[in-house]
Amino acid sequence: MDVAYYPGCVAKGGAPELYRSVKLILEPLGIRPTELFDAACTGAGVLTERNPLLADALNGRTFAMAERKGMPIMTICSTCTGTMLACNARLQDGGYRARVNELLAPEKYEYQGGTAIKHLLWMLVEDVGLERVGGLVRRPLEGLRVAPFYGCYLVRPSALVDEGRPDRERYLERLIETLGGQAVEYEGARKCCGFPVITMNRTNGLKMTGRNIADAKEHGADIMVTPCPLCHLNLDGQQEEAARALGVPLGVPILHLPQLIGLAFGFTPSQLGMSHHLVRPGAVLARYAQAV
Amino acid sequence: MDVTLSVQRHNPDANPATWWQDYTVTVPDHATVLDALLAVRDEQDESLTVRCSCRSHICGSCVMRIDGRSALGCKTKVAEALRRGGAEGRVRVQPAGNMAVLKDLAVDLEGFFGKVRAVQPWLQPVGPEPEREYLVPNEAMLRVRDAMACILCGACVSACNSLEVDDRFLGPAALAKAWRFTEDPRDGHDRDRLEFLSSVPGGIWDCTHCFACVEVCPKDVKPMERIIELRRRAMDAGFTDNNGARHSQAFRDTIAHSGWLDETKVAVRSVRGPDELLDWVGVGARSFLRGKVPLRHKAIPGALRVTAIVSAAERTAAGSARGGAAAGAAPHGAPGHGPGSGGGSGA
Repeated sequence: MDVAYYPGCVAKGGAPELYRSVKLILEPLGIRPTELFDAACTGAGVLTERNPLLADALNGRTFAMAERKGMPIMTICSTCTGTMLACNARLQDGGYRARVNELLAPEKYEYQGGTAIKHLLWMLVEDVGLERVGGLVRRPLEGLRVAPFYGCYLVRPSALVDEGRPDRERYLERLIETLGGQAVEYEGARKCCGFPVITMNRTNGLKMTGRNIADAKEHGADIMVTPCPLCHLNLDGQQEEAARALGVPLGVPILHLPQLIGLAFGFTPSQLGMSHHLVRPGAVLARYAQAV
Repeated sequence: MDVTLSVQRHNPDANPATWWQDYTVTVPDHATVLDALLAVRDEQDESLTVRCSCRSHICGSCVMRIDGRSALGCKTKVAEALRRGGAEGRVRVQPAGNMAVLKDLAVDLEGFFGKVRAVQPWLQPVGPEPEREYLVPNEAMLRVRDAMACILCGACVSACNSLEVDDRFLGPAALAKAWRFTEDPRDGHDRDRLEFLSSVPGGIWDCTHCFACVEVCPKDVKPMERIIELRRRAMDAGFTDNNGARHSQAFRDTIAHSGWLDETKVAVRSVRGPDELLDWVGVGARSFLRGKVPLRHKAIPGALRVTAIVSAAERTAAGSARGGAAAGAAPHGAPGHGPGSGGGSGA
C-alpha cells in the first residue's frame, strides 16, 4: 500500500537509526512510502500549548499534502501521531478549518478534512496483518523477553486514539509474540517516559525513566521496545543518568519498533543502526543469536 | 454472576506489609465493583475497609484502582471490568495511587485537599461589589462549568505520572480548580494566580503531559487540558522566566526558522543557564560520540512558507486575545481545545 510517510524530527535528528531501520523493513511489508520532505514539525503538543491555531495550521498543511496524494499519513512516532490526531479532530469543524485554510492559501494548500493518520504499529496490525508479518520472520525472537513501552500519545486519551479499536493498547504485545518473542507484562508499559519534563524538571524526568526501566527489568525484560523516538531519547539516551537518579543499576537495551521487527526479519544489528545506541544491545542480542 | 475480587489489603497500624486477598461473591449482572465490595463486607469479611457514600458517582468517595485503572467503584460495572481485565472471572482492586493508605481501600486525603486549598479555590473579585448579583456572559460560564463538574474524587491524582515521582506537584485536580478561577470573569486575581502557579515548586510546568488524568476523570474535566491553558495564559501574561516557557519559545523559534526541530538548539535554550547546562554535558558527549547529534540542521524546502504561517497565526492569535473570550480559538469540545483568552476582571 502507498503511504505519505512522515518520519518526524527525531528520526532525522537524534535517532538516525530509526529512520534507517524503517527503510529496511517497509519493502518486505509491502508498504510503499512517499516521504513528505516538506512537512513541518507537528509541534509535539508544545506548539498546541502555545498557540493551537499555529499547530493546527502546520499540521493542516501536512494533512493537505497527503490528501493531495490521496494517501494516509504513516507516522513512526507516538507523539507525532497523538498530536496529529488531536489537530485533525479540531480540523473536522468546517468553520475552523476554513480559518486554518486561509493561513495555507498563499501556498495553495486547502485541507478538506479527509486525511487518515496511522502509526506504523497500527498499520502492521490493521492493514498489513500480523499473519503477513509473521510470515516474514526469518529469525524468531525465541527466548527474548521484550517489554513493550508505548508512549503516552499512542494510548491516551483513548477517546481520541483508539478510533473504535480499544485493542490498540495491546498491539505491541501481539506484535512481539508474532515475532516469536515473549511480551513482558508490567505496569510501566503505558506510563510516561519523563521526556516532556526533562528540561523543566530533570530529576522528575529521570526518575520516571528509571522507574519504568526498573519495573520492566524486575518483570524479567531482556530488552524494551518503543514505537516513540522521544521515549527512546530518554529510555536509552538518559538511562545512565536515570540509574544514578534512582540509585539502582539498569542496563536494559531499548529498541525502536522497526529495529525489533528488522531483527526478526533477519537484518543484522549493525544494518539496523544499533551502534548509535547509548545502551549497547550487543550482549543481549548475542545471547539470543546463539540460542537461535 | 460470580466474581472473584482480588483485593490489595493493608493495615499500616498493625502490619507494614500489604497482602492480596481473594473473595468470591455472587452479584447481580448490573452490579458495580463497589456493590461487590460491599457484598463482601456484609457477607464475608467485615474487616474490609471501603469508603463510600452516595453510590451514584456524585460524592467522589470511592476512588480506587480497578485492574490498575483509577476509577470510582460505583461507576465501574463488574461486567465491564471483567470484559476489560482479561483474567478469568477476576477483578483486581487496589487503593488509589499517590496517596497513603489508611486501611485497605481508604486513603489519606489530607495532602490532596491541602493542594486544592493551596490554589485558593474561592472567588476573589476586585473593585466595588455590584448592587445586585454579578452579571457574566453565558459563554464564559459554560467553559468554566465543565471544570466545575469536578467532584474532588482524586481519580486524576491517583493516576498522575508526575506525582509518582514528586509529591510536591500540585496535581491535576488542584490545577484544574485553579484554572476554573482564572477563567471566572468575576475573579480579579488572574495575574497573581498565574504568577503563583508558574513559579511555585510543583506548579504547572511539572505536568508531564501523560493524559492519565484526562483518561480516568469520571466527570470529563480534562485536567491536563486545563493545565495546558494555564501555561499558555501564564506565558501570555509574561511569566516566562522558567524552563517551561524557555522550552516553548525555543521550540517555536526553531520551527519558525527551519520548519522542524533543531533538538540541540532546543535543549540548550531550554535550560536556565550554564549551571544547568552542566547536567547535560555527559549525555550530550555520549550522544555525540554515537552519532546522535547532527552536525548540521538543514531547513525543509518550504521553511520560508512555514515562517510566514507562524507570523500569520501569531498575529491572529494576538488579535483574538484582544477580542475577548475564546474568539479565534480552536473549536470547543474537540480534544486539546482553544486558548483561554477570556477572563477579564470582575463585575
